Amino acid sequence: MKYEVTYMTNEFTWKVGGAQGEGIDSTGEILATVLTRMGYYIFAYRHFMSLVKGGHTNYKIRASTTDPVYYHGDDLDMLVAFDQTTISENEDELIEGGIILHDAKFQAQTNRQGLQVCSVPLLDMAKELGNPIIKNMVAAGASAYVLDIDPSNFYEQIEQQFAKKGQELIDLNKTAFNKGYDYIKENYPDVRKPAPQATRPGSGYLLMNGNEAIGLGAVLNGCRILAAYPITPATEILYWVLANLPKYGGKVLQAEDEIAACIMAIGANYAGVRSMTSTSGPGLSLMMEALGMSGISETPLVIVDVMRGGPSTGLPTKTEQSDVNEALYGSHGETPRIVITPTSIPDCFYQIGRAFNLAEEFQVPVIVCTDLLIGMNKMSFQDLDLSTVDITRKNLVSQEQLDALEKGAFKRYSLDTESGISVRSIPGQKNGRYCALTNEHEETGLEIEDVPMRNAQMEKRFRKLNAMEQHINDWGYEYKGSETPDVLIVGMGSTQAQICEAIKQMDGQSVGHLQYRCLMPFPKDTQKYFQAAKKIYVVDNNFTGQLTGLISRELGFHDKLTPLLKYDGNPFTIREILAAVKG
Amino acid sequence: MATMADFRYDKATWCPGCGDFSVLAALQQVCVKIGLEPEDVCCVSGIGCSGKISQHFGSYGFHSLHGRSLPTAQGIKMANQDLTVIAAGGDGDGYGIGVGHFIHACRRNVDITYIVMDNHIYGLTTGQSSPTSKKGFKTKTSPKGVAEEPIKPLELAIVSGASFVAQAFSGDLKQLQRLIEEGIRHKGFSLINVFSPCVTFNRVNTYEWFKENIVNFDEQEGYDPTNKAQALAKIAETESVCTGILYREDRPAFHEVVLGATEQGTVKVPLEIPNDEMQSLIDQFRR
Repeated sequence: MKYEVTYMTNEFTWKVGGAQGEGIDSTGEILATVLTRMGYYIFAYRHFMSLVKGGHTNYKIRASTTDPVYYHGDDLDMLVAFDQTTISENEDELIEGGIILHDAKFQAQTNRQGLQVCSVPLLDMAKELGNPIIKNMVAAGASAYVLDIDPSNFYEQIEQQFAKKGQELIDLNKTAFNKGYDYIKENYPDVRKPAPQATRPGSGYLLMNGNEAIGLGAVLNGCRILAAYPITPATEILYWVLANLPKYGGKVLQAEDEIAACIMAIGANYAGVRSMTSTSGPGLSLMMEALGMSGISETPLVIVDVMRGGPSTGLPTKTEQSDVNEALYGSHGETPRIVITPTSIPDCFYQIGRAFNLAEEFQVPVIVCTDLLIGMNKMSFQDLDLSTVDITRKNLVSQEQLDALEKGAFKRYSLDTESGISVRSIPGQKNGRYCALTNEHEETGLEIEDVPMRNAQMEKRFRKLNAMEQHINDWGYEYKGSETPDVLIVGMGSTQAQICEAIKQMDGQSVGHLQYRCLMPFPKDTQKYFQAAKKIYVVDNNFTGQLTGLISRELGFHDKLTPLLKYDGNPFTIREILAAVKG
Repeated sequence: MATMADFRYDKATWCPGCGDFSVLAALQQVCVKIGLEPEDVCCVSGIGCSGKISQHFGSYGFHSLHGRSLPTAQGIKMANQDLTVIAAGGDGDGYGIGVGHFIHACRRNVDITYIVMDNHIYGLTTGQSSPTSKKGFKTKTSPKGVAEEPIKPLELAIVSGASFVAQAFSGDLKQLQRLIEEGIRHKGFSLINVFSPCVTFNRVNTYEWFKENIVNFDEQEGYDPTNKAQALAKIAETESVCTGILYREDRPAFHEVVLGATEQGTVKVPLEIPNDEMQSLIDQFRR
């Protein structure tokens, strides 16, 4: 049964596809930038494969004139195809009467009836201009005519983009654009799907992906060392920080592996510098021993895990929420930790800032789990709130406090603490000497095995949970809708967008939406929503229902939870959620 | 001025006669001699008997994970280049589980001194073969003798780009001190591999055995530690049973050449970015 998803008249969707290496991304980027400039809210989604040349790749844009777009949409208005594979792989997504604009170098075949198909000699026109790769700009011109976007918007973009490369290239690109535009105008004058007019031209929206938001948030919130190993889909964090951190005296280390990366970040935090590592699932697996090291030595640590399809090498270029169990429970032994799942691209910025403060306040590892959907895809939005930038360095011992102690009397792992947190000294501070230890230890950092001290230190570390639990109630989840809903839909992290949109389509029903942003410590006061609800659906982008499992462990309600599982590497669609919920 | 007492912390728990006592004592003496204060030194160790050194050395310390002393030490040095950072551990720790980090630390030339207490055996886990155990050496895990070739740490360090490579012997405290001192004073990555006999589990590579077999290149005329080819040849000639400064070169340390290199330690860099600059970082994304 196919459920209808109603889109507003204030939006449209467009996609370009072809083989990897054909410049699909740059074609998409041009339109994404132009639309953002024109004052559209957009979400730009990249579908790609783990290879450099060949395969199938596409770039989809969903644009709205009125509201920020957090998801690229289930449906498609217009498809630009550089090859037949693009049509075969994407035609099902097109709406009734949707448009295919394809390169005339191949005979387009489609199984769909009632589509409008335009054949345009994209490559030939580019070759006439002496540069095959410029077919991207020809395609942009053709798209602009169909969408009725004034060419001046593209001219402006071309002038800026190629400013450093000279007038000749600017003119060439404009000519290519015009060729595409004029070709459609002459040959398919009636194939048009005018884009709704953007109402906020020149408002200067930000266009950013979650990886960039993480990098930006980290640098603004005092991160001064990033140690990482390249891995899709997290490498862009490394790039952005590398380009921007050195001018603030920060350092970026490309480590030999994720074991080293994570442990370098621990070493740097121990020495007093806010530091993090960024990775994806395979890297997170290698960091498990380091998690315990941070936990027992009570050294702050921030790990960003941009989740991709697992297990093992899995689906490196696809999305999934399947590292959650590892983030929650991975590593031998037991230590308290914090696991945060940002719910959108802008939220990545806010949560990474929070992560640095939490790591230092509680002296625990903080794992920020984003995913490929929000990590590598871009959206445009108005602004980021700089007033949230707050570098609060808690629980560091002052030199005055150390001077007041007898020589050698500093107890780094002091048990005399109600909160479980004991103040930390930084190498270089006089009379603050201690040995950070991965063995169980007494208060100054000598290893021990005696029962009372072991118990006391374990209990000390876990006392931190009380304060942590208090802390997360303000931000650890979001709830919208009826306080006593018939239907409760629960998600974590990036599924927020699709769940919101699905609920909008469920008019007249008593629905609640609970989105977790913090998984550990678990926001237990969400229990009230579960109690009230008659039916509960848990949107879990993985095979085994990792969020569902967490909820049943923490809250119970086993018999009331219906997991919605997806593990094919793609994000949930609105339709999938509606189908499950409407039953 | 700090004294020996300042660099002592509690009592070490090694077996009586263990070579590691000499390494700890030498390190303490060197730190006093060159006028370091305990708060300006950080000793990072791995896991194993030798790893306990960081608990008993009176400076700041991090007793890290098995094989991970070097990443920890490099993170610390990148955070605060003004600290004297010593990494220490055993042959299993450094050349077995940690050998990947070892090679990369050599090529990165991070300014730390890496002291390996090499006894050719796993001591704390009570007597298994180690990466430097000689071929044919019988242990609990090699009842018919070790089948593999041993790791050659000196050659490995040199070809991997370490800028200071020395080998010492716990039975020669004077030379040991001198080499540790040179290593600490050297700018860049320095390896000091120390033959540090295990008196409990290694009955072959004993103090006597080393005394009889060691060739001391510091006392050999014509040995030029800046000559890489000669160093490699000479080390091979002795089957690595030699001591002295075996190789050294002047090369910028990592913290001097890393992107964003600062005069002072990163830890002293202000964390707040002025509002207008924060705005301009955000404006990179404005379209």
